[in-house]
Formats: sequence, C-alpha cells, structure tokens
Amino acid sequence: MTADDTSAPTALVEVQDIGKHYGAIRALEGVSLRVNAGEITCVLGDNGAGKSTLIKIMSGLHQHSEGVLRVDGEETTFSSPREALDRGIATVYQDLAVVPLMEVWRNFFLGSEIRKGFGPVKMLDSDRMRRTAREELAKMGIELADIDQPVGQLSGGQRQCVAIARAVYFGARVLILDEPTAALGVKQSGVVLKYTAMARDAGLGVVFITHNPHHAHLIGDHFVVLKLGRTNLDAGRADVTLDQLTQEMAGGDELGTLEHELRR
Amino acid sequence: MSTTVKAEPAQPGQDDQPRRPVWRRLFIRPEAGSLVGAVAIFVFFFATAAPFRQLDSFATVLYTAAVLGIMAVAVGLLMIGGEFDLSAGVAVTTSAIAAATITYQFTLNVWVGVFAALGVSLAIGFFNGYVVIKTGIPSFLVTLGMLLMLQGANLAVTRLVTGTVSTQRISDMDGYAALEAIFASEWTIGGVRIRVLVLWWLLFVAIATWVLLRTRIGNWIFAVGGNKDSARAVGVPVARVKIGLYMTVGFAAWFVGMHLLFSLHTIQAGEGVGKEFEYIIAAVIGGCLLTGGYGSAVGAAMGAFIFGMTNQGIVYAGWNPDWYYTFLGAMLLLATLLNMYVRRSAAKR
Ligand SMILES: Nc1ncnc2c1ncn2[C@@H]1O[C@H](COP(=O)(O)OP(=O)(O)OP(=O)(O)O)[C@@H](O)[C@H]1O
Ligand SMILES: [Mg+2]
Repeated sequence: MTADDTSAPTALVEVQDIGKHYGAIRALEGVSLRVNAGEITCVLGDNGAGKSTLIKIMSGLHQHSEGVLRVDGEETTFSSPREALDRGIATVYQDLAVVPLMEVWRNFFLGSEIRKGFGPVKMLDSDRMRRTAREELAKMGIELADIDQPVGQLSGGQRQCVAIARAVYFGARVLILDEPTAALGVKQSGVVLKYTAMARDAGLGVVFITHNPHHAHLIGDHFVVLKLGRTNLDAGRADVTLDQLTQEMAGGDELGTLEHELRR
Repeated sequence: MSTTVKAEPAQPGQDDQPRRPVWRRLFIRPEAGSLVGAVAIFVFFFATAAPFRQLDSFATVLYTAAVLGIMAVAVGLLMIGGEFDLSAGVAVTTSAIAAATITYQFTLNVWVGVFAALGVSLAIGFFNGYVVIKTGIPSFLVTLGMLLMLQGANLAVTRLVTGTVSTQRISDMDGYAALEAIFASEWTIGGVRIRVLVLWWLLFVAIATWVLLRTRIGNWIFAVGGNKDSARAVGVPVARVKIGLYMTVGFAAWFVGMHLLFSLHTIQAGEGVGKEFEYIIAAVIGGCLLTGGYGSAVGAAMGAFIFGMTNQGIVYAGWNPDWYYTFLGAMLLLATLLNMYVRRSAAKR
C-alpha cells in the first residue's frame, strides 16, 4: 500500500479518456489526468465544465461511462465511496463536506469512529475522539472554543479545514479537494492553500479543483483546464504562465471580473 | 490510525480543555424543551385535578405513555435518521392480528405465532426501507401506501378467517401464560398498579439513548438524517442504516402489538389508524426535527409522557374529553416554538 515513491512510473490515480453522461447530458468526454505522489494537479474550468463530475468518478460517488480509471496502475471501477476510501482516496466535496447539525468531533470521525470495548457493547471512545479532533484542528490553526459545537456554526473556511484535516488524518494517499477556496476570504484561502501544500510535502497526491487560476498557479504542479466536459489545456507548471492560465479559463467577457478578482 | 502529516506531540495540558458546564450542555440537548413542558403540564394537572395527585393515577399516566412511547422512541429514531413511517400505527394491529390468526388457524403453540408475527413486522419494516432507499420516492408516500395496504389487509384477512372484524381468543392455547407474563403482566404494590410495559418502555428508551449517543450506529443515524450524501461520501452505509431504522420501527410495532394482544385478548382489525401521527407528534414535541438529523430518544419519550398526562389529566380534571385534541394541538405548537427558541439561543452560545 506504500506508494509514496515519487520515481515510480505508475500514478497513484490515473484517468484516461474518461467520459460520463447523465442521461442525455454529456458532462465529460475524453478527459485524461494523472495524480502523482507529492504533486498537486489543478483542475480548472467554468461552472458546469465537469470538474465535480470528474472527481466524483475518482472518488467512487459516480461510475464513468467510458474510458478507464486506474489506481496504482490497476484498472478499477469504484462502486462506492467506501471502496475509494479504502484505496486511500479521500475527497472533500464542495457541497457535502460535513453534516452541519453534528458536533465537530463527530463529523471529524464520521465513518471511521474510534471504538472501545468488544462485541455488541463496543462503544465510541468519545474522549479520545474529542482530544484527537481538537489536536488535529489546532495543527491547522483552527482553535475551537468548543469541540462539541455543531459544525454548521463554523465559518466556511473552518468547515473546509475540518474536512481536509479529517482526510489527511485518516491516512489518505490521494486528497481530492473540490473548490476548497470558493467560499473563502483571502486569509482563509491562504490557510487552505498552505495546508494543501503541507499535504503535498507529506507525499500525498493532491487534486485541487478551483475557478481561480491565481490560487491554482500558486500551488499547482500540473494544470488541466476543462471546458464543456473536454480538456482545453493540459500542461505542466513549466509550460504555462499565470496569464495563459487565466486566458484559458476565461472567455473574453469574464476577463474583466477576473482581473478585478486578481487585483484585490 | 496512520497519520500522514506528522503529529507534534500534544501538550499534556491541552487534553483537558474544559467542556461546557453541565447546565449548559443540558440546556442544549434536544429534549430540553420537552422536559420543561412536561414539568409545566405535570404542575398544571397536579394543581387543577385532585385525582391526578394519587400515585395510582400516575401509574396509569405512565402506562398510557408507555403504549405510545415504545413506538414514539422507534419513530423518533427513524425521524432522526431522516425518514417517516406513516404505516407504524396500523402495523401494530397487523402484528397482533398476524400472531392471533396464525396461532388460531393452524392450532400452533402461541410462541410460534408470536415469532411469525415478528417476522411479519420486520418484513414490513424492511419493505418500507428498501423501497424508500431503492426508488428514492419520499418516505411519506411509500409508507402512506403501506398504511393503506395494511389497513385493508387487516380488515380483509380478519373478516375472511373469523367472519367478524375481531380476532379469535387464543388465551387457552399453549404458551399463552408465559407470553402474557412477558408482554402484559402487572403487579399491585401498595395499591399502585405497576404494568410491565412501563418497565419495557424505560428499558427501550435507555437502550435507544445509549445507541444514539455512545455507539457508531448512533453516529450514523444522525449523519444519514443530517446529510445523507455527506454521510455516504465518508463511507457510512446509508442504505443499511435507514433500512435498519425501519426494521426497528417494525420491531417496536411487534412489541406493542403483542402487548395489546395479551392484554386485550382480542384485537379489533380497524384499530391503529391515526396513531402514526401521535408517534410523530410525540417525537416532535420531544425535539426531533421533521427534517431529520436532530433529536433524542429521551425527548420522544418525554413527548409520549406529555401525551399520557394530557390524556389522563383531562379525565381526572373532569373535563369533556372532546377537548383532548385541542389541548394536544396547542401543545404541539407550543412545544415546537419552545424547541425552536431553545435551539436558537443554544446556537448563540
Ligand atoms: N447528477 C446529475 N444529473 C444530471 N446532470 C448533472 C448531474 N451532475 C452534473 N450534471 C451536469 O453535468 C455538467 C457538469 O457538472 P459538474 O458539476 O461536473 O460541473 P463543475 O465543473 O463542477 O461546475 P461548478 O464549477 O459549478 O461546480 C453540468 O452541465 C451539470 O448540469
Ligand atoms: Mg463542482
């Protein structure tokens, strides 16, 4: 299961000519992408470009209709997110990162609860989970007054960080982040970007999805720009400038808004 | 637990960060509002209805609450898990009819009929859950369909085998006595009638509370009700949890059905319609959110207790029982407002 050998030719996860349609809607067509250990692959694209669809295939939430998905070089189709998680692929979704009404620590450990005791009387080790959740969040610079408060009461950035910290803590080898900075201010975006870089330095392969070429260019090693479900650009860091990336992302009329966003 | 990002050793002092003070934690529990309501209603009837003050009356109140409360706890769990069961009321009758009919028609030991009825009840729960999960049809509709099907079957089957709308007596058949002791025994201690069902109810509330708050399944129940897609994304087996909850309601329906069978001896086939709303109302009074993801078993039990007090209190106070539903409706609204207020001010911290 150790795949943090960066010189290995096989990618942690690879999709090749992948396609997906929802009924008559073609959400994705002929898209290829590699996720290597210790690298950040950025996926950019406008609303509806197919970014979320692409990563939902990699994380087992949807199945692809065409093409192949390989994990450690081995062809795979995930039938559930649990399978992807068991292969070390953890995803933080833009729309379903946490359960708002549940306490922070319960969210942190949801699906991977620590238990004590045996047989039918196995129960949650809530003290240990509370403590661990608090420590892991503190490492991300999130000091919560109360680990028992519902996640829904946290700020957007804090919620993202809880979800990311959870994925990293549970030993993910591949971390997929769906627009983690979309709803965040500059400072909180910075925290998320820093933590993403930390995950990369720890040897994880990261897929970073964003609308924001500025964020992407700050941390990306490789860039894939999607447009209407197809690959519009596929380039390494050395081959693309921020301006080019912005250009690829934005068709004419949106450029003004983007420029404004970049100049804040 | 492998940690990929290296953990700095935790500061020893940090581990014991103070939790909220106890009163604060009590106040933010989902059942906080219903506890206040229960005390208020208790005081109200205690002051206005003299017979209400006797211990034996209180035992009757508890019994009324238990008949409703066992179902309310199961339905409350299901609601926390984000689903409804409108068939729960008639399913109680179905279970009792199944046990009586199977035992009588095939002249079997009563134990066989009782376990067959358990099978029937669990199957109904499984069917509800399976259809809701696999088709994505709202549970409101699926279980409404089940309500109608069971209601029809209860009457049709009973009339077919007995020619009337009530079941035959099975009280002289083998195994009856032991089962009666389990489901419907009662003792009189110092003039107070203690029914075993009340003890069962308390036990079920305790188990449900423990499961909800202290086990992994409990965590999953809150999660599938709070946001089932998020829960699925982190590996929670959503389908199994929801189907399990429906089967828990099935189990509770069987248990209450058996109690009715062994205490009333014969079952009226038309009974049960409308009860499903009482279960849901009890759960809501107890702080369960209609939208799921929030609530407690103690709350649902409190809701049932409030029902019991009102139901009996009106009689003890000598009022026209016609007012019962008016009283109940007002209480539902008040309780919902109170719960909303408690949740809001808890959120403010
Ligand atoms: N479950 C679904 N059923 C039908 N169509 C869908 C579904 N999910 C996505 N689509 C469609 O597929 C296309 C791609 O959607 P997707 O969510 O992947 O875009 P995205 O790049 O993530 O957009 P955004 O930036 O807004 O998050 C869109 O046209 C969308 O309407
Ligand atoms: Mg998206």
